[in-house]
Amino acid sequence: MKASLIGFLEWLGELGVFCSQAFRTAVSPPYEGRELLRQMDEIGTKSLPLVILSGAAIGTVLSLHTRDTLTLFGAKSALPGLIILSVLRESGPIITALVVSGRVGAGIGAELGSMKVTDQIDAIAVSAVDPYRLLVATRIVACTVMLPLLTIVADFCAIMTGWLTTRLVEPMALSYYIGHGFELVQFNDLIPTTAKTAVFGLLIGVVGCFQGTRTAGGTAGVGRSATSAVVIASLFVILADVVLVKLIIVMFR
Amino acid sequence: MTRDGRGTVPSQADDPVIRISGVRKSFGRQMVLDGIDLDVGRGETMTILGRSGTGKSVLLKLIVGLQKPDAGSIHIGGQEIVDVPLERLNEIRKKLGFLFQHAALYDSLTVEENVAFPLARHTDLPDAERRQRAAELLSRVGLEGDRAKMPSDISGGMKKRVGLARALALDPEIMLLDEPTAGLDPITAAEIIELIGELGKAGERSAIVVTHDLRSVEALADRVALLKEGSIVIEGSFEEVSQSDDPFVAAFLRPTFGHQHV
Repeated sequence: MKASLIGFLEWLGELGVFCSQAFRTAVSPPYEGRELLRQMDEIGTKSLPLVILSGAAIGTVLSLHTRDTLTLFGAKSALPGLIILSVLRESGPIITALVVSGRVGAGIGAELGSMKVTDQIDAIAVSAVDPYRLLVATRIVACTVMLPLLTIVADFCAIMTGWLTTRLVEPMALSYYIGHGFELVQFNDLIPTTAKTAVFGLLIGVVGCFQGTRTAGGTAGVGRSATSAVVIASLFVILADVVLVKLIIVMFR
Repeated sequence: MTRDGRGTVPSQADDPVIRISGVRKSFGRQMVLDGIDLDVGRGETMTILGRSGTGKSVLLKLIVGLQKPDAGSIHIGGQEIVDVPLERLNEIRKKLGFLFQHAALYDSLTVEENVAFPLARHTDLPDAERRQRAAELLSRVGLEGDRAKMPSDISGGMKKRVGLARALALDPEIMLLDEPTAGLDPITAAEIIELIGELGKAGERSAIVVTHDLRSVEALADRVALLKEGSIVIEGSFEEVSQSDDPFVAAFLRPTFGHQHV
């Protein structure tokens, strides 16, 4: 128990040092622009199919569940608003972050982990290139930038499939759905909730890179890094969401 | 002083290109290097021998700044590399060419892109010239036809050749080779040794070769240093070390040198 606690505190300390190093290289020149764009494509563009599918699923499920409940209370007219508010405030951001954490977190952990165990990171360093700048900072910045954009895509897909699913059961014009749905939407339902996904992206990038660059133990270590990157990033995202939701409520009340 | 086609052995008065003084390194409670003093002269090939796990590769990593010694100093070209800012360390690293034990090729890049990586990062050469230079380097190691292949598509010996070509990309003053023949069959190992002899030692280029392969020592070494339990037990010219009466040295070197003294 004591050893586990000490191990956890050591891990936390190393994470703090890592974050400090990553932040310094991310904000100071020279910037790795080409690699950053490549990572934004890898993390953002290539996550689109998964995010679109997840968003579509959220919207469908929300519509199916919410419609029955509202009918029970004779409040079916609130369906568009409930779907859209739910998607914008929480479902869209959290599901996008968890889905991307799985794909990107594992991918970064595995990629950097395999580079670590095959000395590729050392080879980059010996080539007089800062591996933190080239590999870590670019991935963290790319995750931070792309998560809000992916969330917007997921939100759009969820809102549209929410309408389509409702439309299958009863006639509802898109203009009615959107008009009534967005009546209740305010600034703090959209902007802060989407912006908080930048924090999620930061956490996913940091954890994935940290676990990857600490990999030891050959191919088994790479697997452990990929798995732990997903698990820890997902946990951090959920915990951060609790804090950020409260913060948004307090700041934008 | 000249020895049998291996080039001139520099005198003690020449400034060494690498000076290692009092270097110590431990991992936890395990002392790996316990007070290493070593000089490598200009144009000289120093071979560091020792049993597996005696700190040979750790010493190489200390020299290129991948790890920091617990004590001591390391000078390359007269410049201290321990505890210096990364920018200064990277300027020194541009003068080094490092061949990793398993080549450490970037597996997301083609063979050509691997070799061109240092050129892309540290020169202003346009893309066409970079590719031409990479093609020349690959031609020198006999892999001009494999430019477009990925590292996963080539053999271990070919990876070593690509690694060697990449290490030579910036025409370094000092080559560092970590177990260049590890994991290779005898024929391929002999080819790599020959290649290193031709390319790695050209002109005034100095080299440190870490190995426990005695064929590499015989073919490449101007001077030999033998590591045992974290210390250098003997260091000197090829002839001096081969004539040592020390039982450990004799037992280590006998398979190669024993028959020469018959």
